[in-house]
Formats: sequence, C-alpha cells, structure tokens
Amino acid sequence: MEIPYTVKPRPDTGVYNAKVGIWLFLASEIMLFGALFSSYIILRITAPEGTWIEGALNVPIGFFNTLVLIASSVTVVMAWVSLKLNNYNNFKLFMFVTFGCAMTFLVVKSFEYHEKFHHYEMWTKADSDNRFTGHFEKGWLTDVKKDYNEKVAGLESAYKTALDEWKTSDQSTDAPSTPVYPKVTFFTLSTAEVRDLAEFLEFDTLVFEKEHKHAYKYAGQPEAHDHDHADAESEAHDDHGDHGGHHYEKLTIPVSDMQRTSAFIPGHSNYFGIYFTLTGLHALHVFAGACVLLYFVLFNKKMWKEDPDRLANRVEVGGLFWHFVDLVWIFLFPIMYLL
Amino acid sequence: MSADHEHDIRSHIRTYMIIGAALVIGTILTVAVSYVDFGSHAMNIAVGLLIATVKASLVALFFMHLISEKQAIYLMIASAFFFFAGLMGLTLWSNADPPKRTEDLQAIVAPVEYTHSADEEHKESDH
Repeated sequence: MEIPYTVKPRPDTGVYNAKVGIWLFLASEIMLFGALFSSYIILRITAPEGTWIEGALNVPIGFFNTLVLIASSVTVVMAWVSLKLNNYNNFKLFMFVTFGCAMTFLVVKSFEYHEKFHHYEMWTKADSDNRFTGHFEKGWLTDVKKDYNEKVAGLESAYKTALDEWKTSDQSTDAPSTPVYPKVTFFTLSTAEVRDLAEFLEFDTLVFEKEHKHAYKYAGQPEAHDHDHADAESEAHDDHGDHGGHHYEKLTIPVSDMQRTSAFIPGHSNYFGIYFTLTGLHALHVFAGACVLLYFVLFNKKMWKEDPDRLANRVEVGGLFWHFVDLVWIFLFPIMYLL
Repeated sequence: MSADHEHDIRSHIRTYMIIGAALVIGTILTVAVSYVDFGSHAMNIAVGLLIATVKASLVALFFMHLISEKQAIYLMIASAFFFFAGLMGLTLWSNADPPKRTEDLQAIVAPVEYTHSADEEHKESDH
C-alpha cells in the first residue's frame, strides 16, 4: 500500500503529512514538559525559607553536556542537508556523530546520577553549622557493610541449623522463629537505615567526611561555608583528605546527634525530586531519539535508493524531534544547574 | 535537483554553522552571567531565562525551519503555546490560594521531627 503525501505536500496543509504528525506530537510534548516545568515553578516559589537548594550540581559537567547536545543538533541538521545534496556518505557520518553525541550525553548523565547517589547531606543537632555535605568515610562504610553481612549470614545459618534440627526432631516444640534484622541494601543509606544499623551492629558513632569548598547552599543558611575559614580549619586538623579539588574533614559524629541524613536522591528534597523527574524524562527522550536516528542510518539504505526525498523527509522529522529535545535541555540546564 | 535548489541548500549550511556558534556562545554567556549579581536573585533568574529563550528561539527558527514554514504548522504551534500559557497561568493562579490552608493545617497537625524523642516519650509514658 502506498502511503500518501510522504514526499509531496498535501494541498490543504501545504506540507507532507509526517511533518504535521511530528508537530502535533511536539505540541503534546510541550504540554508534557510544560506540566513539569510549572510544577518546578510552584515548588520553587512556594518553598519555605531554607529548603530550596542551589549549587548541588556540577556546573562544568552540565556545561559540557549542553555543548554535546548543541553539537548533535548541528550534526543532525547537517545529515539532512547531506541527503538533500545527494551525499549519502556524509549523511551516514553526520548521523553516527549525532548518535555518538547522544550516547556521550547519556553516559555523562549516568555518571552524574551515580555520583549523586553517594553524595550525602547530614543534619546534626549541633547549634551552628548543623547541616553539611560530604560522604560516609569509605573504610568505615566498608566495615559496616562487612559486619552487617557477616552478622546476617550468622543469624541465617543459625536459623537454618535450628530449623533442620527441629525438622528431624519429634516437632513437639514450636518451630524456631525466623531471624529478625534490619533489611539494608546499602544502595544509599537513609536516616532510618543508619539508626537500624547502629542498633543492630552496636556502634555509637559514624565517620563522615565533611566537604569544604563546595558551591552547595540553601537559602537562609548560616555563613559556615566560608572558604578561608575552611582552609584554616583543615590545616589545623591532621585528619583531612584532598580528593579531586575538594577538601574533606573527617568527622566522628555520635549516631544520637544525627537528625537526618540523605543522599542526593529524589527523597532528599523537592529540588532533587523535580531534578530527577525532569532530567530523567529528558534522558528518556534523548535515548528514544537516538534509537530512531540510528534506525534511519542502519536500515533505510533501500529507501535512499528508491525514494531519496522520502528518506530526507524522515530525517527531517527525526531531526525536528531531536531539536526539541535539545530545546528542552536549553531550559533545563540554567534552571537546574545555575539559578 | 536543480542547481538553484542546491545553491539554496549550501547557503543553509553557513546559517547552521553560525547558529551553532551562537548557541555555544549563548551557553558560555548563561554560565558567565550566573556568577554576576544583577541586584536580586529574581533578576538573575530573569536574565538566565532570557538567554535561554533567545537560544531556544534560534533552535526553533533555524534548525527547526520555523523561519519559513507553512501556515498549518504555525497554527499548531500557536495553539500549543496558547494551552501552554493556560497551563502555566492556571498553575500559578492556584498558588494564590493554598498558603492560608497550609497555616490552618499546621495549627492542627503538630510538626514531625526527625528524632527518636517521639519513641522515647512513648516508652516513658508506658512506665
């Protein structure tokens, strides 16, 4: 069956049908992202003082990813131009570069996400500077994990032995009860998990590496992130580390002093909730768009030979979607990373 | 494909390169102005969004060919923006109402704290 108006413009609209289709789709996409952007605005302007977060994201990484998407926008339109100029090899080249840019964006984004899952904020009961960022000390965390796994394995094997003995016995007594222990995945630690672990493994203090020289701030915070002060402090202590330009100060915090702790995950705050929702949805769009563009270059050579204008139109429509994805990121980058 | 048409396309390439460069400059500018204090935080947000809007317009006009598109497409985009504006407007409008209710709620529901004290008090009252 021949699909009408894939190449020739339809007389009443003046454009080929796929273009009408993609623009209708993009109109619905505007509403989808519009709903989330308006949620962002509401969350931000109604945030109680001291709860909206700024500077938690890595600006150079976001900047790099913005450039990657802009470059891919240029290459995808160049791929279309190459088809119009009858240069199939250039088309292939530009499409592969576009796909490469998309994958670069996604890989960088996933590293960025991963870093956030291990980046913690700590709220303590101290009078001043009671809120700071950093991470649980690696060695301490490894030990806790090891102790937890050993103790759980011990409880489980003891239960199994008891159960086997009970099965072979005359079963006049009650069956041994299943062992009770906190279920902790260690993917990221929550406040409750840290407290449960402290109770289960009987430790009173946790070791946290507090971060200095970080742009992280929240409205109405005390002037505790002063750089000179931080330098003087870390020089005064022997137990400080320096990884990747950040200064860390090793703190031993009584578990009873910990009010709350959370990694930079959606549950951390409304800011991270909307950050992961918006950037996650955007990343899905990048992935879907990249798959479609890759399909054009891998499986549409036959169409190029039979009906080159139809392939050019396909690429134009795919490109329109791709530019839209770039357009969304143009707004996401400043509102999430900079403002 | 006529020679005229081909010449037309080639002149497009130049435009695309210029727009690409403008977008890179715009991105650098966005980062740069975020470190400048424009008097108030609201002002900084306005400047940041203004640059983003200019960049988005460049993408839409040139990469998405909206600078020379057919009436039917303009009509669809115009209606999309009408509903988008309505969505934003209604959401912001709703914001004029809740604060009072939140205060009322806070008077009824005691604030919850992230401490063990609630459990401890509970235990003490058992004795």
